[in-house]
Amino acid sequence: MSEALQLLWTDYTLRNVAAGTAVLGAVSGALGCFAVLRRRSLLGDAVSHAALPGIVLAWLLTGSKAAPVLVAGAGITGWLGAAAVSALARRERIREDTALALVLSVFFGAGLMLLTVVQGRPDASQAGLDTFLFGQAAALVERDVLTMGAVGGVAVLVLALFWKEFKLLSFDADAAAVAGYPVKLLDHLLTLLLVVAVVVGLQAVGVVLMSSLLIAPAAAARQWTNRLGRMVVLAAVIGAMSGALGAAVSGLAPGIPTGPAVVLAATAAFVVSLLFSPSRGLVSRRLRAAARDRRLRSEGDAS
Amino acid sequence: MNDDVVKNRHTETSTVHPATDAAVSVHDLTVAYREQPVLWDVDLDIPSGVLAAIVGPNGAGKTTLLKSLLDLVPSVSGRIRFHGEPFRARRRDVAYVPQRGSVDWDFPTTVADVVTMGTYRRLGWLRRPGHTEHEAAMTALRRVGMADLATRQISELSGGQQQRVFLARALVQDASVYIMDEPFQGVDATTERTIIELLKELRGEGRTVLVVHHDLQTVPDYFDWVALLNVRLVAAGPVREVFTQENLRLAYGGRVGFAGTKEPTSGPDKDPTSSYMGRIRP
Repeated sequence: MSEALQLLWTDYTLRNVAAGTAVLGAVSGALGCFAVLRRRSLLGDAVSHAALPGIVLAWLLTGSKAAPVLVAGAGITGWLGAAAVSALARRERIREDTALALVLSVFFGAGLMLLTVVQGRPDASQAGLDTFLFGQAAALVERDVLTMGAVGGVAVLVLALFWKEFKLLSFDADAAAVAGYPVKLLDHLLTLLLVVAVVVGLQAVGVVLMSSLLIAPAAAARQWTNRLGRMVVLAAVIGAMSGALGAAVSGLAPGIPTGPAVVLAATAAFVVSLLFSPSRGLVSRRLRAAARDRRLRSEGDAS
Repeated sequence: MNDDVVKNRHTETSTVHPATDAAVSVHDLTVAYREQPVLWDVDLDIPSGVLAAIVGPNGAGKTTLLKSLLDLVPSVSGRIRFHGEPFRARRRDVAYVPQRGSVDWDFPTTVADVVTMGTYRRLGWLRRPGHTEHEAAMTALRRVGMADLATRQISELSGGQQQRVFLARALVQDASVYIMDEPFQGVDATTERTIIELLKELRGEGRTVLVVHHDLQTVPDYFDWVALLNVRLVAAGPVREVFTQENLRLAYGGRVGFAGTKEPTSGPDKDPTSSYMGRIRP
């Protein structure tokens, strides 16, 4: 373990990978809290899958495989996916889960089709586009990490600026509307931040697994605190640690892909939190219930 | 019998100002959900400084009426005025207490924080609540008898306590019109007493309080003004004049005090509202 930590600092490639996955873990952890609290956990999944056609289209249109170009394409179709979900769900006869499932599969299907078509081309210029399916953290270079940090930093800054508005919107949207806040605009802004969190992580974790990094750290953090501010900070920390840990594991044991390792680390944090958090954890709740039953039984005997 | 209160439509043009002493004035309001009318041609003038109840069977459109007053649901037609002005011009004078069940009480926040949310709009963008806002929240919590629970996580509250938190959040807004959706729903006796005393205090301060209410027994004790609603407005006015067996029968379809799903007794007058009886509103 300590050997792994040392490697994180000394090995240039590994340091970049770990820094990149830590940044994306922190950003998606913080922004994912709002998705979880607003019961929109699956929106992140729809957005990340909807990003795939954007990646391929961006390459088809520009011929460039530069990360910013592909990620911009991903952001555009990801955002379109989110817009499609809310447009469909506004129709009263289509429920939100239906809209989510529909958008996810249609956009992802279109992305896979495009990918298959371009891979059938005789030249190899498209090579590497498919790494966005599961991510390729090992390919992260310093510039990627800086870009991820800058983009994610702006998203977190926006979150901080509109903190009380987002909190009110998430807790009681009607109250926000009555108070005169532009609720739809705020809702779009929060969705946009979710899209940003997704595209920040695409390169390293890929479209298929990205949504779990939005959900797992937030769900884990919720177990430990009853304050929104602490939950967001904690989710960011859990996300960052999962990112670094996943990178270290895959660096130590070659053959283990980074993206899935990061996702498993975040999921492990969630499982531990679910079981062992002092107030909400399953174990402590079971123990409290057992203690209560014992007390009631002994009181019953005494009477 | 209440033609004077209920209907003077079709004679007014949109340029005519409603009575200026009306705190809330509703003119020709029709709201439809899908193809079904939920509110049909409602005219209502609620005088300033009254404690008013809106009663009617399930599916009568009571919540919808409140939400249309607050621009939360779109209306097919109608004009709504608060002290003679549209809602968007009078936002700060209007406080809303939604149904308790409309939010997730497992949201990670505290009692004091929820109450502080009532100060956000006054604060404006980018500014954070500070000492003044916290003090205002504590004052409101003291008024509803919840000051000692200020740091409590909201999921640990009883139904009555949740209701009082919502009430405190409305109190910090220092509004002139209070609009409340079933504040007595599922609360304990202590909370019910606290709330009604508070509502009477608000009226004593010259504010107008508009409450969707379910318990017909308590209407004469609690309220001085009442509107009976069943998609259409059946009657509205002072409780003494309007809260009659006759009007209740008209509103509830022959089963006074029973807001249920059974068939209403269909009178000879092909009651246009009977088809909406018992519809459960979200």
